[in-house]
Amino acid sequence: MIERDQRLYFALLIPASLLLLFFIVVPIGESIFLSFHRLIIGLPQLQNPFVGLDNYRELLLDPVARHSFLITCVFVAVSTFFELLLGLSMALLINHRFPGRGALRACVLIPWAIPTVVAAQMWRFLLNDAYGMINYIVFGSITSSYIPWLARPKTALGAIIIADIWKTSSFAALIILAGLQVIPEELYQAAKVDGARVWQRFRYITWPLIRPALLVALLFRTIDAFRVFDLPFVMTQGGPADATNVLQLYGYKKMFVEGWMGYGSAISVCIFVIVLILSITYVRMVGRNLFEASS
Amino acid sequence: MRSESLKKATIFCGVILTAIFSLGPFLLFVSSAFKTQGQLTAIPPQWLPAFSLEFFASAFKRYRIIGYLLNSTIVAGSTTLITMFLGTLAGYALARLPRQLAQSILIGILACSMFPQISIAGPIWRFLRLVGWLNTYQGLILPYVALTLPLSVWILTIFFQDIPRELESAALVDGCTRFGILGRIILPISLPGVFTAAILSFIYAWNEFFLALLIMTDPSMQTMPVGIALFQGEHTIPWGEIAAASFITTAPLVFMVLLFQGRIISGLSAGAVKG
Repeated sequence: MIERDQRLYFALLIPASLLLLFFIVVPIGESIFLSFHRLIIGLPQLQNPFVGLDNYRELLLDPVARHSFLITCVFVAVSTFFELLLGLSMALLINHRFPGRGALRACVLIPWAIPTVVAAQMWRFLLNDAYGMINYIVFGSITSSYIPWLARPKTALGAIIIADIWKTSSFAALIILAGLQVIPEELYQAAKVDGARVWQRFRYITWPLIRPALLVALLFRTIDAFRVFDLPFVMTQGGPADATNVLQLYGYKKMFVEGWMGYGSAISVCIFVIVLILSITYVRMVGRNLFEASS
Repeated sequence: MRSESLKKATIFCGVILTAIFSLGPFLLFVSSAFKTQGQLTAIPPQWLPAFSLEFFASAFKRYRIIGYLLNSTIVAGSTTLITMFLGTLAGYALARLPRQLAQSILIGILACSMFPQISIAGPIWRFLRLVGWLNTYQGLILPYVALTLPLSVWILTIFFQDIPRELESAALVDGCTRFGILGRIILPISLPGVFTAAILSFIYAWNEFFLALLIMTDPSMQTMPVGIALFQGEHTIPWGEIAAASFITTAPLVFMVLLFQGRIISGLSAGAVKG
């Protein structure tokens, strides 16, 4: 009886597993395979010869790729830091009881729920150099000093970072909030009785107990920030002068605009390896007690 | 007493700041959809729109956004239905298999959602071109199902685990079939979980841009995000129409957030809390 049950359970897993295998696992394997070959869309007469590590060697020497890697790291570090900081602040706030708390929670969810493409167009509109509201807020009616934020390398990267912080801080807030809500109220009561100040209560109760949730938010956000694409695609197309040409955008351009499938695959494998290392760290740190808490 | 009112003031300021941060930019943008052309480019900006519908009319007439809307609805709707069907089967199985084994499988499934889309995009594109599925609904829906399955299976497994097995054995004794149990007992009880997973899958498929951009190159097949990203005017950027299209795209999402915020939050934080 039990054996028959098990067979049924495995059968139920087959359709989902096949789909994941076919559309995720196999493509990743094929990307790795392609990255060792020269393959150019539109030039099928070249066949696709095996070129060993040539693509990777080229990638290491490619100044655009190195720059792209650097700005992706800057983007990930700065945006993740502020997302966690803002997320923590918002979570601490929403964790309090006050009238209109549900409404505020819904407000915070809005940036998360809307398409990234809409958020990108929104920031592009607000940062417009001729009649953008941000220029008006900074410079008033003196249109001659208006700044074309998205056309200057430094401000363009900054704009994309701000757009990302706006869009995803709420996600960090939700994860951290979930961590906050499992802290028993009695702990705070007891600390109050013992005369602990606000800061002390945060430092010795809240902080150690939400560290796991912070870690989860940190890793989710880092992994997600490494594959940023929609924001720079819409806001700057990677410009000006490659200032916002993040890795996934560069890989996309190589593969689908220029047709260098093999070289683009090498870029995508590099992104994959970075994310894989981060994911393994995540699973190592958190995955172990996956079921224990829920049972 | 003084510290109590200080605390209240701090919370009040925090609430105002958070609300402005989250909603301010968005309201400034979508309210532009209701402005007139003259209002849109005015300096100083006209904060209150004239509630004109000219940009909506133009978005529908000149930019044919009804087609994008239809494509998005078909793709996101089908993705959600298929994901729920496959996810329910898999989630039920995982909830009933031995813990250790189920946990390993679940981690494998979750790992699939961690990978950057670009590392699967090339091969998926090549495969779809090979079978002639570029610019077809199934060509986009199938990858979307694969991408939304992991989180859905996760949420559903957690819900199914909470249903006591005794309920099932009782039904078995009463002569119910295995699928009868899934349909008549498990599903009705775990409807909130199914609903949570469905909302998150729908939002993902409705908002996804990268794969839609690659797979749908024919404008008549493109979804809303692709349409909004590639909006082109003849000479200038048609901001009014873009804002109108954005308003239409986000309206159902805002509606979902207002109605189901509790479910969305519990679904998203399922991983964090259980971990």
